[in-house]
Amino acid sequence: MNYKYNVGCSIENLKGVRDFIRGALKEHNVAELQISEMVLALDEMCSNLMIHAHQCNPDELFELHIKVDKGNPVVFEIIDDGTTFDINQFSEPALGNLVHEKRKGGLGIRLVKSIMDKIEYQHSSGKNICRLTKTVEFK
Amino acid sequence: MIHIKRLQEDGADVIALIGEIDASSSIELDLAIAKSVGEGFTKILVDCSSLEYISSAGLGVFMSYIEEFKDKNIKMVLFGMNEKVANTFEILGLYELLTIGKDKVQAKKMINEL
Repeated sequence: MNYKYNVGCSIENLKGVRDFIRGALKEHNVAELQISEMVLALDEMCSNLMIHAHQCNPDELFELHIKVDKGNPVVFEIIDDGTTFDINQFSEPALGNLVHEKRKGGLGIRLVKSIMDKIEYQHSSGKNICRLTKTVEFK
Repeated sequence: MIHIKRLQEDGADVIALIGEIDASSSIELDLAIAKSVGEGFTKILVDCSSLEYISSAGLGVFMSYIEEFKDKNIKMVLFGMNEKVANTFEILGLYELLTIGKDKVQAKKMINEL
């Protein structure tokens, strides 16, 4: 089953994004803890996109697609036309360094990489597609 | 949306987090901790029993105080996390960097032993 959600780039919309993902995955009886992990990973991806690629402009939109089918990995697609930031190219700083530098960033990417199985980027007809995949348990 | 309540118990400042902390609300957490430090508290207990969600924006706030607390000899213990919130701290290995207790009784014991 496919789900689609259009999001304006205001961080106030993150709650809506989380509710949308939770709702879709619950319909398919995905294990609770895995739902909460994927909600977190997508929150991190969407907030990064809103803040860094769209400067939190609520008039700029992106699309979030979810594909859930029993027995298959869950696939999320974030589709937008801003600047791409490939998190696979980003080596996250060591936790100790984050503490030392009193940095408030850098943790989100670490979370996404720990939670999702695969993060791929694709560019076609002026759109950036970021595809995140995770194998889950269906109850 | 996060709602933050502060109350004082046995010389410690108890900061209760109610709701969800994400990129739009992490500033509230930062302000609450800064206020506690500004008022001179050296023992800070963070009550997470009504915290339903936290993203890296909130975790980063806790991380950003670690060094300052070491320098100023301020102790902080978090407690009462639900399974999902605890899992978020665990994924990042933050149990190594922060002190996390099961409940308030244990947290008070821990803060006096730090």
